Amino acid sequence: MKVYLKFDYTQLTKKIVEEKLSELGYKYSSIGFGEFNFLEKVPSGKINELTGIFREYGIEIVENQKSVLVQKIKDAIVEMVNNDAPLNIKSSVFIAEKLNLSYAYLSNVFSEVTYTSIENFIIIQKIELAKQLMINTPLNLTEISIQLNYSSVAHLSTQFKHTTGMTPSSFQKIIQKRRALSNKNKP
Amino acid sequence: MTADYINICLADDDEDDRLFFTDAFDELKINTRVSTFNDGVELMDYLNHSDSVLPNVLFLDLNMPKKNGVECLLEIKKNERLNDIAIAIYSTSSSEEHIEETFINGANIYIKKPSDFENLKKILSEVVTINWQYHTSGLNKDNFLMRL
Repeated sequence: MKVYLKFDYTQLTKKIVEEKLSELGYKYSSIGFGEFNFLEKVPSGKINELTGIFREYGIEIVENQKSVLVQKIKDAIVEMVNNDAPLNIKSSVFIAEKLNLSYAYLSNVFSEVTYTSIENFIIIQKIELAKQLMINTPLNLTEISIQLNYSSVAHLSTQFKHTTGMTPSSFQKIIQKRRALSNKNKP
Repeated sequence: MTADYINICLADDDEDDRLFFTDAFDELKINTRVSTFNDGVELMDYLNHSDSVLPNVLFLDLNMPKKNGVECLLEIKKNERLNDIAIAIYSTSSSEEHIEETFINGANIYIKKPSDFENLKKILSEVVTINWQYHTSGLNKDNFLMRL
């Protein structure tokens, strides 16, 4: 006799993890999306044991906590740049408060994982947004500089040139020519 | 923890330039794997092989025998499997015309080969770092243009 089974993998995984953790006597709470919070400190030897047990089921413990943290920092920066955060808050304060950790710590982890600094990443994000606005909206550079909280259009121009090695107008010119070329190549 | 490597390819017919390039990466603290090719044909043979590991960033010399940098660039941009690779032109030429032409044809970065090693290291580190941000932070690669 043949029967067919249908699985709910999310429920399955959650159930396995919960059963195994209870079986081994861990106190935990499940936060969802694969995030589990241990209520007591787990020695690293025990984590290795858990890794071995979970591997049999194809479940992997994401070891790199730092990568998770960096992603949270990046999300905070993107939010800050795109939703023009209040002018009177310094970016370091905003990020530290958002993640509830010290800025010095966050800054160290960020540089270690991404090879760049938080300050530099903010600049990259702002310049990227400026590029988008330049080519996709009718706003001129002065208006863009105001929207992105630059003290002057000259400041934006200088930072643009410093970051990309080209002026905003040559950037615009190249993108326009590229678009013209790809339109021409379309049937 | 498995180390994150950044894969880098360089096509350049000048042996000294290839050597400087790999030495520079050896001295940077960024984890990279660098492969070098002696000309455009060798490079394209590698890239077109269906199980080749594609680079995160590809450095192309413009003047190469058999197949030059612009020819490689055009071929890569036409190929769906390859056209997402970030391309850095790595050339001795600083003619504005050349620079603009390569950008319009899809290059992301234009590097004027520096004359000293320290500068080379600085430039390569900057390129790889910013490329990494595009790669890992979902930035729009269509707007990725940079000159050094």
